[in-house]
Amino acid sequence: MINILTTHWSDFVHGFGITLLASIIALIISMILGTGFAILEVLPNKFVNLVARIYIEIFRNIPLLVVTMFFYVVVTQFIKMNGLVAGTIGLSLYTSAFIAETVRAGILSVDKGQMEGARANGLTYWQAMRIIILPQAFKIVIPPLGNQFINLVKNSSILAFVAGFDLMYQGNEIASTTFDTIDTYILVGVFYLIITLPLSYYMRYLEHKLA
Amino acid sequence: MQNFFNAYTSINLIFLLKGLWITIEVSLISGALSFIIGSILGVIRYAKFPVISMLIGFVIDILRNLPLLLIIFFTYFGLPNFGVRLNIMTSAIAALTVFEAAMFAEIVRSGIVSVPRGQSEGARANGLTGIQTMWYIVLPQAYKRMIPPLVSQLISLIKDTSLATIIVLPELTYHAQIIYGQNNSYIIPMFLAIAVMYFIVNYCLSLIGSWFGRRRHSQTAH
Repeated sequence: MINILTTHWSDFVHGFGITLLASIIALIISMILGTGFAILEVLPNKFVNLVARIYIEIFRNIPLLVVTMFFYVVVTQFIKMNGLVAGTIGLSLYTSAFIAETVRAGILSVDKGQMEGARANGLTYWQAMRIIILPQAFKIVIPPLGNQFINLVKNSSILAFVAGFDLMYQGNEIASTTFDTIDTYILVGVFYLIITLPLSYYMRYLEHKLA
Repeated sequence: MQNFFNAYTSINLIFLLKGLWITIEVSLISGALSFIIGSILGVIRYAKFPVISMLIGFVIDILRNLPLLLIIFFTYFGLPNFGVRLNIMTSAIAALTVFEAAMFAEIVRSGIVSVPRGQSEGARANGLTGIQTMWYIVLPQAYKRMIPPLVSQLISLIKDTSLATIIVLPELTYHAQIIYGQNNSYIIPMFLAIAVMYFIVNYCLSLIGSWFGRRRHSQTAH
């Protein structure tokens, strides 16, 4: 096992970097999209609510693989992009639906009086949302958002399907050259756990502290 | 546009439905298995037996924090090195079961935690043993609370079976790939078809889940 780690160290690190990079980029995009759709869902406008609801339900109920393959197989026919870009877009859209649900729950958990008070004090709806509601909502949803990031890191292994050169992809390459599948996959697992395990313990700690 | 609908021949549709059946079959089998295993592990973890509970808790945490894809690879390509050679269907079910059992265990544990302590204290005070208390008093209430998260985990499971295409499990996504592999103009229609199929199955499940959730809320409100 040590042997594989030392000879393929650069591959592991490269894959680890891609996994981390893709996860962080996808997190940023899906946070923006997710927060946007969460706000659309709570706006006092039935049509806009419906549009947001449809978007969220579509991406929540279709497998990540289908979303990612759609970008890799279909969209690349019209717009040139490599597997990493296609995979990251798929990951972002898929995750944004879950983040939208989380943030929406956070917004709804903020007391109604906050919005009313802000409006009564002369803030516009958007100002109230940005300055008063969202900061309070985000404080509540930090643990679930952290769990979404953990899911994102795990889900980024989907990049292996679209030649994204992530950790899982590199692991497969190493496994098929060394034939030592067990040791390689265990090492790949350890690399994933380096990110996900401390984060999940920290989120559990935060949940306890908030609860 | 003509080309688009040409893709939906009865042969192709039946082939897709066969794939959907495998998806559902694999999901149900591994869902049932992981529900049972997850319940046992969840109870053990909750019970805080010395050493055993901690060990099981640690294994659950590790499994929950690994990508399912890695577990699928490990079962299919890794286990033969140990001399365990499973066929495609069995290794897909095994991998999904291992992963989902860890997920279910965590749901069961937090479901048990959510049952008010007075319930088990009252049961013990009335002379029930620890196991009887768990079986007759705590678990039935816990499962009622767990229905919504269990349903959404089942939806994840159905979506996750698509990952088994990588070991050529003949499920829905793989069947779609076979069809559009033969004819490039079928790519978009096939993606649309499987997206709709997955959506219908999962959305119906999520409606059932939220119906149970609402019913519970209205019951507790009265």
